[in-house]
Amino acid sequence: MDPFVRIPVREQDPKVRATNFEEVCLGYNKEEAMEEASRCLNCPKPLCVQGCPVAIDIPGFIQQVKAGDVEKAYQIISESSALPAVCGRVCPQESQCEGKCVRGFKGDAVSIGKLERFVADTAREMGIKPAGPKEKNGKKVAVIGSGPSGLTCAGDLAKMGYDVTIFEALHEAGGVLVYGIPEFRLPKEKVVKQEVENVKSLGVKIEKDVVIGKSTTIDGLLEEEGFDAVFIGSGAGLPRFMNIPGEQSLGVFSANEFLTRSNLMKAFDENSTTPIMKPKKCVVVGGGNVAMDAARTALRLGSEVHVVYRRSEAELPARAEEVHHAKEEGIIFDLLCNPVEILADEKGWVKGCKCIRMELGEPDESGRRSPVEVPGSEFEIECDAVIMSLGTSPNPLISSTTSGLDVNRRKCIVADEASGLTSKEGVYAGGDAVTGAATVILAMGAGKAAAKGIDEYLSAK
Amino acid sequence: MFKILEANKLTPTIIQMIVEAPRVAKHCLPGQFLIIRVDEEGERIPLTICDYDREKGTVEIVVQAIGAETNKLMSLKTGDELADVVGPLGNASELCSTEIEELKAKKIVFIAGGVGTAPVYPQAKWLHEHGVQADVIIGAKNKDLVILEDRFKEVCNLYITTDDGSYGRSGMVTKCLQDLYDEGHSYDLCIAIGPMIMMKFVCKLTKELNLPTIVSMNPIMVDGTGMCGACRLMVGDEVKFACVDGPEFDGHLVDFDQAMTRMQLYKSEEGRLLLKQQEGDTHHGGCGNCE
Repeated sequence: MDPFVRIPVREQDPKVRATNFEEVCLGYNKEEAMEEASRCLNCPKPLCVQGCPVAIDIPGFIQQVKAGDVEKAYQIISESSALPAVCGRVCPQESQCEGKCVRGFKGDAVSIGKLERFVADTAREMGIKPAGPKEKNGKKVAVIGSGPSGLTCAGDLAKMGYDVTIFEALHEAGGVLVYGIPEFRLPKEKVVKQEVENVKSLGVKIEKDVVIGKSTTIDGLLEEEGFDAVFIGSGAGLPRFMNIPGEQSLGVFSANEFLTRSNLMKAFDENSTTPIMKPKKCVVVGGGNVAMDAARTALRLGSEVHVVYRRSEAELPARAEEVHHAKEEGIIFDLLCNPVEILADEKGWVKGCKCIRMELGEPDESGRRSPVEVPGSEFEIECDAVIMSLGTSPNPLISSTTSGLDVNRRKCIVADEASGLTSKEGVYAGGDAVTGAATVILAMGAGKAAAKGIDEYLSAK
Repeated sequence: MFKILEANKLTPTIIQMIVEAPRVAKHCLPGQFLIIRVDEEGERIPLTICDYDREKGTVEIVVQAIGAETNKLMSLKTGDELADVVGPLGNASELCSTEIEELKAKKIVFIAGGVGTAPVYPQAKWLHEHGVQADVIIGAKNKDLVILEDRFKEVCNLYITTDDGSYGRSGMVTKCLQDLYDEGHSYDLCIAIGPMIMMKFVCKLTKELNLPTIVSMNPIMVDGTGMCGACRLMVGDEVKFACVDGPEFDGHLVDFDQAMTRMQLYKSEEGRLLLKQQEGDTHHGGCGNCE
């Protein structure tokens, strides 16, 4: 074995997986995991831990994998993360833990994500649960939203002894893990449901079908229902559209709608009663992870798929692995162009997408070179569906119904990064509701910080 | 799970239910809607709230069987349960935030079409409870499809019209409104709820009559909280989401033709499912959509 090269992970063949919704990555088996674990140098000052938003003791768990003790490895991860099977699959490790791995200077970084996934999956198969809570302290905390930040915050608080109830607006717990990320990247029954069950096993209650701001309010939770503190992890659910002509045509969807139909409502399954359009040729607008998810879902429903993105490949915000997988499966990338109009037939159905070529100009405030239209370069892509994946913003339902809760100009809730505290006493927030659309692991990090903040607040009270 | 305390068929295709949903009952107001799922595999069905009882923690819904999912609902009985009831969603009718004295000074007419009669009821009742008397026009295809007549009579001044003249006045709701004007009535505000095509023609008439008109839009929806954007529609030159910006809008600004076109999106797929459910394996492709 070459210690500079990581043990490859088995994947479904691209041609086969392009036609099914089974998981793309098959993960390590025990031998592979132990071998990969042996590549870890067990650094005395591990940089990987610094790269992890929830500061998992990475060398610690990897040493246990190396020794073949999955249960110990799982308990080490569980001390810091409530969702290891999720994170092992969807974290951008290349820019976090693995990006800092010393092995990476002269070869491949240790495959930390795949090892985490191996530990979580094996622990599940062995029926190992995270260590339970200490004694109950009798204090009640409400968590709004059962996505990554909410589950993490709830899990941490339950371990500290709090009586935690999560309120979820949809009929299924998991937030973006169930409505956003597709089955082939994150299996729902096997992984998400199980992680939610693990959080419940810590004593966390989940009440579904409650839209905070409508079914009740934060003030109601604090004043009438006896909660001592509230954590808002309601995510960034509002889709953006381009406001170009033709956008209301039949066959134009937000990525949120397309993915929610397929993931939450299981429309990809023949037996589901939820309809979904199965395009013949579709255009996905945008270059983020959600765009990749929408594109690869459309592909699996039988469509030829073009990703239209206004910058170049180097600027694609999606994870490198997702772009790589998408290309392998046959997604076509039409880069440096942008839709200007959706064309529809006489019955209102999409028949094409008119785009304009772009070139990169000066760097903008985000440091990325901003795309500029090339005059007169319009062209048409024939298609029967267009999926808009332009990012999402926080839902104002909560901020507009809570007294004294400050938001910034992007409607994001203002919260202290270290403690999650908002402008309202006893109310904490984290995840996409605060940052705008970001990643699962950053939301988890914020949920963790807020759990600590809430504990400090309620302990002093 | 949400218990069904009462289930009555108002007509062979319209069912009325009283369901236990304390959180919804506690906070809902006329004009708002909720979303139900019949069972764990079910679709999310948006329904406008027909009545509520805050003390008992119940809400009332009236549903017409039009697709596979709503058909499933028809077979439910008292004592059964719905998998999900979430709400109240959308905004309350503007009436609820208007000064009562201002409302009393207005002549208000409601126009209710078909199963849209149900969502008009809580608004008429709310006005009645606040001492405001309104006129209500109920339109139905025929006598058998007129619903909630007795309850309306208690809370408003009621006109009924049927397309075939089998009950009440004869003709469409637009004819009834025009007739009322011709008989010397006039109004300051109209609230029309019913099929989109009805609302479109009511708005066409009320524009001519210079009568401000509010409509309640019921487009295709998934989550009902602003997430999916399926329910978007043009109101004036703005894109609005019916679920969070509505469901009620200025009817004179709504692009009904586009909204009706958007309703076609899943028609063939829905129809296929319904036929599969009704005809099972005996379905032979008569729908024209099957291979």
